[in-house]
Amino acid sequence: MKIFLNNREEEFNTNVLSVAKMIELRKFSFKLRIIKVNGILIPKDKYDSTFIQEGDNVLMLYLMSGG
Amino acid sequence: MRFSEIRDHLSQFRVGIAGAGGLGSNCAVALARSGIGTLVISDFDVIEPANLNRQYYFISQVGMMKSTALKENISRINPDVTVIAHTERLDTSNIPEIFAGCDVIVEAFDRDDMKQMLIEFVLKEMPGIPVVIGSGLAGWGNSESIKFRKADDTIYICGDESTPAGDDMPPIAPRVGMVANMQANTVVEILMKKTRDYFRP
Repeated sequence: MKIFLNNREEEFNTNVLSVAKMIELRKFSFKLRIIKVNGILIPKDKYDSTFIQEGDNVLMLYLMSGG
Repeated sequence: MRFSEIRDHLSQFRVGIAGAGGLGSNCAVALARSGIGTLVISDFDVIEPANLNRQYYFISQVGMMKSTALKENISRINPDVTVIAHTERLDTSNIPEIFAGCDVIVEAFDRDDMKQMLIEFVLKEMPGIPVVIGSGLAGWGNSESIKFRKADDTIYICGDESTPAGDDMPPIAPRVGMVANMQANTVVEILMKKTRDYFRP
């Protein structure tokens, strides 16, 4: 399926894609992040139970320590 | 547009700054010089000698609360700015009260878990308030990696989004200042497009 990840079209070779699976497939390694799917904030405990659909708009950002 | 007009426009707004370390102190000073009306600055920490490699404080202020010292420094730069300094630790119970009425919130924490807590809370509980995030500023060089990104109408990100700070990758004045000033520049941009809500107290 194709989704928009940070406004860029990305293809995933699966039809069932949870937020947790997306993180795993893209090898996103930092632990602290903010994820929104179609504008809705997804808390960490919902990564397994939230599924991304074809054409969804996914926003992801990493939070780096340091300030 | 002349600076006096820009300053007069910005003087109508209130900006919250979560954290008064390297990002927060430098961002606050840039906003004060630009003429923001009210800065709400929150930090529970005291100034240590090691902070002076990047934070907007002086040797004579070591041991003072950061938010109190920053209020003092800003009053010496632009006394027209109202600074409300908070010294308690920010958490989900006091964020709404401390940042009530803020037109923009600057995320300027050091720790990544605090960044996440603040951003998730504001997105959920204070919808519509833009958050300007600093993420990725440690080390030196690589100026071209520092960037700005508007994720949506309420999330703005400044930084390289790839370099976490650590013992062997410390935050140092030049890059911290770049990101802090980028955050201030973003706040000014957001506010220059905004008209003051008439009903706000």
